[in-house]
Amino acid sequence: MKAALLWPTVGAALLTSPVLPGVGQAQAQAQAQAQAQAQAQPRAQAPAKTTADGIAEYRKMLEDGNPADLFEAKGEGLWKQKRGPRNASLENCNLGKGPGVVKGAFVELPRWFEDTQRVQDLESRLLTCMETLQGFNAPEIAKTEFGRGEQVNVTALATYIAAESRGLRFNLPQAHPAERKSYEIGKRVFFFRGGPMDFSCAACHSEAGKRIRLQDLPELTKNPGDGVGFAAWPAYRVSNGQMWSMQLRLNDCFRQQRFPFPGFGSDVTIALGSYMGVNAKGAQSIAPAIKR
Amino acid sequence: MNIKPAFGNTVVGVGVAAILAACATGPSPAELDREAIAVIRAAFRDQGIAKIDRIQQDLGQAACSSGTPPSEALAEQVMAQAKATVKWPTGGQYFGDWREGERIAQSGRGMTWTDSSTATSANGGSCYNCHQLSKAEVSFGTIGPSLYNYGKNRGVADILAPTAQGIVEYTWMKLYNGKSYNACSNMPRFGHAGLLDEKQMAHLMALLLDPKSPVNQ
Amino acid sequence: MGDPMRIRAQVSANTTTVRVLMSHEMETGQRRDPAGKVIPAWFIQEVSAAHNGKPVLTASWGPSVAKNPFMRFNLKGAKAGDKVSVTWTDNKGDKRTDEAVVA
Repeated sequence: MKAALLWPTVGAALLTSPVLPGVGQAQAQAQAQAQAQAQAQPRAQAPAKTTADGIAEYRKMLEDGNPADLFEAKGEGLWKQKRGPRNASLENCNLGKGPGVVKGAFVELPRWFEDTQRVQDLESRLLTCMETLQGFNAPEIAKTEFGRGEQVNVTALATYIAAESRGLRFNLPQAHPAERKSYEIGKRVFFFRGGPMDFSCAACHSEAGKRIRLQDLPELTKNPGDGVGFAAWPAYRVSNGQMWSMQLRLNDCFRQQRFPFPGFGSDVTIALGSYMGVNAKGAQSIAPAIKR
Repeated sequence: MNIKPAFGNTVVGVGVAAILAACATGPSPAELDREAIAVIRAAFRDQGIAKIDRIQQDLGQAACSSGTPPSEALAEQVMAQAKATVKWPTGGQYFGDWREGERIAQSGRGMTWTDSSTATSANGGSCYNCHQLSKAEVSFGTIGPSLYNYGKNRGVADILAPTAQGIVEYTWMKLYNGKSYNACSNMPRFGHAGLLDEKQMAHLMALLLDPKSPVNQ
Repeated sequence: MGDPMRIRAQVSANTTTVRVLMSHEMETGQRRDPAGKVIPAWFIQEVSAAHNGKPVLTASWGPSVAKNPFMRFNLKGAKAGDKVSVTWTDNKGDKRTDEAVVA
């Protein structure tokens, strides 16, 4: 078995390398397009490929071997491992479908929880379980920076929980008045304009077929389709080699909107999850996904 | 950077929501509006240069914070207020260098909590995020209309000619405070919000209107 | 020691497709931190694979391979139940081996 046979797949790996920060991605996309065209045009009459086609093909190539897999594996281990001051696992954690029921939980969050008397999303609920079952300090974890300390574990856990619902369709409950209210608050937050650039979520995400630079923007006021928007996070971001949960995705949205800092697991973020999740009813989840 | 609220300190997000006829029980739309503001105020904190005062809405922001556009009267009020904020460039210097303009248009930097300064020199215009400009740049967004051939399409052959003055002033106003013409415009208010100074805006004016600019080739 | 790899080996007709996802920073040594200091190079230099203990592949990698690298290769002559193991060694001398069963 020669090392040369690795070329096509190492080529795919090379294309994602951040060799030259900032330039790497543009180069990678150009290279991917050139390579994709070289591979996919056996005859002279093959139709010309658009930039969008080339990028879509590059992204398809990346799907095989999604590094999110590594985080999913880590999260599964953490779910089952005895940890924290109480030296307990998370296997009795109730994510909305009963203690320990993981399959299908992701596509029904955020939802109302009797024990905390709150509507909670996946990550705030993980914090609840880490505190009540394992004895961790939830507010401390919430204050911790993404990518540090226990936040790393929360991300891995969220990736695992999401993976256990891969392929299922979103079906958030709206039976409880608090769940309906969360949706209504989320809608208002979505349209709330603020900051020095007057941005709101709606500024980018309320029309179909729009994009920022070359990044397509899902329309989040309705169901944008399978595996899009709310149905595509948590996701591994190739451009920075990071695993991003929905909380981090929202956090960075607010950063780019030039807003101040949203609290981790705050009601603003949960309400937005309710709004997007209910709008995405019926959409198939592909989380954990892979992104540029 | 903060935009002072127009009327006192308690500007409530007035979302003119559709009447929820089916919702006999549960909070009214107005109650939900108030609660949303409370939830927002409770959730955010200062981080770096991004301070909590950024979520204090002014009249225009509050008027445009729902899926329903504001009433005609309110929109007129917002636009009039916006027009009144526009400052013309010192010494009538509307135009700078389109090369600098292209650089400013390409840069999306500034004003986030990971940026270190609110000085205009630290900011870009983020123009390509939403608009097409020069033909050569294929990485452009579609949130705003294409600005390719902006000057050419408007018949601007000489930017200093009196015949061009109307377009020149309109374009300046769009950059300085885009809400002058469209109350709920997605255009950031580059001049009014202190995002770009008049020299930077003059460079963008050149990018858009100078016949030699790549935008008009 | 590093974090575990994910290895999947699936046989179909007479070819086994082996997919390996490695957890590694793959730092090129060209980047600088916010303070301006160079972030030292840290990347996998050698990868080898074995089928039932017999070496079938070696590869020399450099800093241009991406973080959390993915590798896929085809193997002849394997059947369900066979063992496939993959080993990586990085420029700091760290080493990791993981194993999977052909499905």
